[in-house]
Amino acid sequence: MRHRNKFIALSMAAALMVTACGSDSKNSSDSAASTTAATTAPVETSGSTVTTDTESSAVTTESTGDTTPTTAGEAGPAGGTFVFGASADPVVLDGAYVSDGESLRAIHEIFETLVTTAPGGTDIVPLLADSWKSSADGLAWTFSLHPDVKFQDDTDFNAAAVCFNFDRWYNFAGVAQSASVSYYWGTVFGGFSDGATPSLYKSCEAVDDTTVTINLTAPSAAFLAGLAVPAFSIASPDALTKYDADKVGGTEDAPTFDGTFGTEHPVGTGAFTFDSWAPGDKLTLKRNDNYWGTKALIDELIFKPIADGPARRTALETGEIQGYDLVDPADTQALQDNGFQLLLRPAFNVGYLGFNQSKPPLDNLKIRQAIAYALNRDALVKAKYPEGSEVAQEFMPPSLFGWSKDVTQYPYDPEKAKALIKESGVTDLNLEFYYPSEVSRPYMPDPTANFEAFKADLEAVGFTITPKTAPWRGGYLDDVNSGNAQIYFLGWTGDYGDPDNFVGTFFRTKQDVWGFDNPEIFDALTKARDTQDIAERTKLYEAANVLIMDFLPGVPYVHTQPALAFAPGVTGYVPSPVSIESFAGVSLG
Amino acid sequence: MAKFIIRRLLLLIPILFGLSLLLFVWVRALPGGPATALLGEKATPARIAEVNKSYGFDRPLAAQYLTYMKKVVKLDFGQSIALRRDVTDEIFRRFPATIELAAAAMLFAIGIGIPLGLMAAKRERTWFDFTAVTASLLGVSIPVFFLAQILKYVFALKFSLLPTIGRLTTTRHLTEHTHFVIIDSIIEWDSGALWDGIKHLILPGIALGTIPLAIIARITRASVLEVLNDDYVRTARAKGLLTRSINRGHVLRNALLPIITVIGLQTGLLLSGAVLTEQVFTWNGMGSLLADGVIKKDYPVIQGGVLFLAVIFVLVNLLVDVLYAVIDPRIRVS
Repeated sequence: MRHRNKFIALSMAAALMVTACGSDSKNSSDSAASTTAATTAPVETSGSTVTTDTESSAVTTESTGDTTPTTAGEAGPAGGTFVFGASADPVVLDGAYVSDGESLRAIHEIFETLVTTAPGGTDIVPLLADSWKSSADGLAWTFSLHPDVKFQDDTDFNAAAVCFNFDRWYNFAGVAQSASVSYYWGTVFGGFSDGATPSLYKSCEAVDDTTVTINLTAPSAAFLAGLAVPAFSIASPDALTKYDADKVGGTEDAPTFDGTFGTEHPVGTGAFTFDSWAPGDKLTLKRNDNYWGTKALIDELIFKPIADGPARRTALETGEIQGYDLVDPADTQALQDNGFQLLLRPAFNVGYLGFNQSKPPLDNLKIRQAIAYALNRDALVKAKYPEGSEVAQEFMPPSLFGWSKDVTQYPYDPEKAKALIKESGVTDLNLEFYYPSEVSRPYMPDPTANFEAFKADLEAVGFTITPKTAPWRGGYLDDVNSGNAQIYFLGWTGDYGDPDNFVGTFFRTKQDVWGFDNPEIFDALTKARDTQDIAERTKLYEAANVLIMDFLPGVPYVHTQPALAFAPGVTGYVPSPVSIESFAGVSLG
Repeated sequence: MAKFIIRRLLLLIPILFGLSLLLFVWVRALPGGPATALLGEKATPARIAEVNKSYGFDRPLAAQYLTYMKKVVKLDFGQSIALRRDVTDEIFRRFPATIELAAAAMLFAIGIGIPLGLMAAKRERTWFDFTAVTASLLGVSIPVFFLAQILKYVFALKFSLLPTIGRLTTTRHLTEHTHFVIIDSIIEWDSGALWDGIKHLILPGIALGTIPLAIIARITRASVLEVLNDDYVRTARAKGLLTRSINRGHVLRNALLPIITVIGLQTGLLLSGAVLTEQVFTWNGMGSLLADGVIKKDYPVIQGGVLFLAVIFVLVNLLVDVLYAVIDPRIRVS
């Protein structure tokens, strides 16, 4: 069965390569990695083991990345209702207005983006666009759209619709520009049409019905990976207008969102259509029987918000739901023992101990190195992290291109740490160690346990630790991000498959939280971001990572693989490192 | 009587005004704002400043409060920052769930608590009385979430008898009219939904009702014991009245006053949101709305929700006072 599926996948890939050969070879990201692209739901991928081959999911456009992601088994029978236990309600079903995982999860079922990620990986593959190419200067990106695609309201999906969406985002005003609303536009494109901050976006041109060109103000290789985020879903222009998607009311100091597009009438091109939404109770989607690609197997998909983690687990065990995300690491073994399926999402995060170099003695490289050697990261990850976690050697996950195997390693070596302290000549070894309370992050399930482990390690080599703690949302983040913390725990989950979203976010510019000014690193990362050629970019990021780990702005210590749990018999779910996952291939078994 | 009610209602105005001011200042004094809560580790100082500006949180507090109060007077609590929905709508959508759960819990607490207390009082110092007192002590002291886990384990996981999440089975569709599942299923004449709704009420109802049950049982027992020893009961007995009519006409009616106070207070408490029970049973009511609002520093939700619940609490207490007068003519006269 597995071989047969691989064969199907390969022949699909071959077919796609033929259809996609219009793209410019230099920048073509639509490589053979697109085994199960656009029209095929992840049904073709197989494998039911818990481990995931993260290496193979690297975003190397030249690679033939045969992603063999973890799935919940083979394609199963059609029909039935799948109830998924979400951790919260979506905020609103309008990609442009959200950045939270629960919203994006549901949006990705109703809407589609121009490009997407290969199931289980970060390779960019076609979705609504069959192929694309960029101009030699990297300023114009031309996409060939899939023909004869209709929105769920029976209007046409075409180049004009794509431009309508891009122009809509670009013209956001007022509160819609705020990072709490259009976070992803801000992250990928920067500013808006009002010109208050420079924007990467320049214009959109509908060349003909199925060809669209997006013009940028500067070359950006991260642009394509960014477009795969469901925040850039293409919505029906008719529905957007009819249901006032952009109607922001209220007063200037108390803005309100008044349209009903994102709450009652979301219309995209996806494999599921919106049926009803009772916030707090459930969001119901139905199979889109007019879907242009492979139609979904299940008839109905319900997202049931269950805020309480243990309640999600009980609901799965009683059969009230068929799957849920964010499994508590402490529950994984028990669930597996009881016959439930656990799928691991390939690592796409990093937990690190950050140093603020504006606070001595952290401006001293030898002290930073001493801390790195003093920390027993292996022991911590083994003792306190769930299966699938690994010790981090740099500030981005190994599955991403640009990760270098040549960075300086800092294995646990207390003696070397002591020697480095001596060499540094620093006598005041007091450190204020910030760690958050009232929080559990994918890369940091129990911050207090991490703190205790590292505190003991640091004290063992002669540092004196003063603990500083505050609730994550109740002061901790504000304190740390504004540069008040000396050494601190923080982490990051990637938004999209580009190194700029990891090391670029951290170190491309001067930031209070790190408190250093190192033009060499800033320039290296800026150059890497602006380079078009993927092979060249990979090299530049590898070199930048070596620079960073020599300079040691902090100690990355863990990459984790968050787990999802499913009822026995459920098949076809493919966890993605960037959480771009489809229910179209899911069967209840 | 009417004067009394009006005076009490007028008293609400300064209470609410003071409370709104207190809340307004308090939620803003908490470290970390809605921007940090929404953006998590991605909340850079620049982004936080930008969010605060777009929502007007960078303006002077007094100016913000003025804008806020202007809207509150029109019963407009603004829009939730995290949910992007109208807070007033959200409250009216969620409150029926809380009422339904509170009603189930009180039905359980009163239905068992009063008879239990009565029987314990009449069998004072017997093994029954001793067991009832001990059990009620246990009932008061057991943490709700612990009880909820036990209930779930036994009734849902072990014996698969009852559901653990929500108000209806997720796959069941029931047209909403009133947001009360029980009432809606009667309107729709859907016996399946009615039974399903009742089943979903049982475990959270028991979890939430256990503490009130224990309190009601204890108060009933104490109150009945006190009345049983009163002169007029002895007189009635001496007159040769039947025990049953003594109990009904003399004992219970007089013993009821403190019981009603307790029931009123407990109902007020349950209506003001059973945070833990609602979280554990994924009950989509006021408790979970407020808990979420506090976690996400959602100022409009916290302010609107608490003000609304304060009004409910005062009204329930007023109702209790009015009930006193109905039951006890002495209060009416005074």
